[in-house]
Amino acid sequence: MNKVAFTSRNLYLQVLLILVLILLVALPFYTSAYNIMLLCNILMYIIITVSWVLFSGPTGYISLASAAFFGVGIYTSAVLGQSLPLPLVIIIGGLFSFFLALLVGVITLRLRGMYFSIFTFGLVELVKHFLLWWEITKTNTRGRFVILVNYIHVFYIMLAIFLVLLLIAYLIRRSKYGLALQSIGEYEEAAAHIGINVTLLKVVTFAVSSFFIGTVGAVMATRWTYIDPVIAFDPFYSFMPVLMAIFGGMGQLYGPVIGAAIFAYLEEALITRFPYHYMLIFGIIMVVSILYLPEGLIGLLQKLWKIINSGRLAVYREKRQKRGTGREQENA
Amino acid sequence: MLEAAKVTKYFGGMAAVSNVDFSVSQGEIVGLIGPNGAGKTTLFNLISGALPLSSGEIRFKGRKISGLKPHQICRMGVARTFQLVKVFGNMPVLQNVMLGSLFGREHTVSPAEAVREAREALEFVGLAEYINAPAKDLIVGNQKRLEMARAIATKPELLLLDELMAGLNATEVSEAIDDVKKLRDRGITIIMIEHVMKAIMSVCDRIIVLHHGEKIAEGTPQEIAASSKVIEVYLGE
Repeated sequence: MNKVAFTSRNLYLQVLLILVLILLVALPFYTSAYNIMLLCNILMYIIITVSWVLFSGPTGYISLASAAFFGVGIYTSAVLGQSLPLPLVIIIGGLFSFFLALLVGVITLRLRGMYFSIFTFGLVELVKHFLLWWEITKTNTRGRFVILVNYIHVFYIMLAIFLVLLLIAYLIRRSKYGLALQSIGEYEEAAAHIGINVTLLKVVTFAVSSFFIGTVGAVMATRWTYIDPVIAFDPFYSFMPVLMAIFGGMGQLYGPVIGAAIFAYLEEALITRFPYHYMLIFGIIMVVSILYLPEGLIGLLQKLWKIINSGRLAVYREKRQKRGTGREQENA
Repeated sequence: MLEAAKVTKYFGGMAAVSNVDFSVSQGEIVGLIGPNGAGKTTLFNLISGALPLSSGEIRFKGRKISGLKPHQICRMGVARTFQLVKVFGNMPVLQNVMLGSLFGREHTVSPAEAVREAREALEFVGLAEYINAPAKDLIVGNQKRLEMARAIATKPELLLLDELMAGLNATEVSEAIDDVKKLRDRGITIIMIEHVMKAIMSVCDRIIVLHHGEKIAEGTPQEIAASSKVIEVYLGE
């Protein structure tokens, strides 16, 4: 009974996903440029958040390095954008992030808890200041101009990256490596003692997650005309994925997707409508969601789903049935 | 099967294990006893690779294992349980054990095979009815069994049991003793740290006594029970 309900729910979900996908692909034909750009922004946050959850969700290693990988992507795009075609630039941006993450992972993943978080945060500053120093002393420039790309292309590329990421995240979650990542989050020592190569698994997953953040950086750079290290390595992009993932809930894959989508839309809506109180409202929403939604939006939805499916609905049905039979008797 | 030569571990300036020599042969059940802080768990950590040795060498089936990573040692056939249970609480019981099958071997195991093996291991320790429960919902005694099943799923030849019986009641202790005997009958060699003397005396072929990180006695349960040196360590002069 439960199994049937579960599979039919999965089927609905799949149909829903395909419908959403068709809507998204067809979007540029019936909506304004503003909406497309807004959607690009939302996709950007979704990709960064899902990538972050890919590694930090199951393992519990809270990485604050997202901004570093995002910035590496941006800078790759700024430096190579003039000489190479965009798809290649995007992949190179991803690969730079991938290898930076491998390097950082090998050095730091033996750090646990807060030490890891602080180090990864330091990485953002380190790369930023290295680039600043490089520009001041070696190239005598400040920042760079980025070649602009048609916003519809950007949109389709973002959509493609999003789908690939979703597929990979789904496959990892379902595989034995997903299970192993979760075991690392619970008891790393026990995981190692049942034959899991914890260091390798952590480093590779961290690098894969960083790859996607790098590609997004490379694409989004083309939305901005000018970038410099301070713009590219903004710590904001380290904290947002964490907040969005908490807001959405990390238990399911669609949690961070929905969390990031709502959050990103909210940000845009608040900035345009309440420019002076935007941060205040944002802060209140964050505090409330942490206090009252420990499992995120998804946890809330699941709770509601459970209530609807079991207890209250059953009681309600029973009452209606009783009333119904009462009426029938009256009629008779 | 397992040979340890001059195994030493320093924590800072203090020797937690110093110059311990011992060997374990195929099919034996060896007890490791000693007062608190004697270095028993540290010795387990050295064998399983959780800690690096300060000096000395450990060999398993003739191959040097000291210096290898825990996952490598596990895949060679050494499994362990923990003094404080370390089950993956938010994961269903079955998945806990499956991880052992999926990762604890030299060769790859298909998911279907892992499920079959995990069920078999859970049946063996008597947890068949809990396979879908989250591990954290089990009582401590069953969590210890779960750890044992997870270790068995890695198909070990040598199993290190760290205080399997601590915190169990009398019935559970005798069940655990039976489990240990059944494991031996499967051909698994066992080293067990234990404070429950009844268990040690009834199942062990040989007992090693540690005190302040040094091996002070070794022998059959009868010899150890009669040893004045051991009595002195436990009861004072």
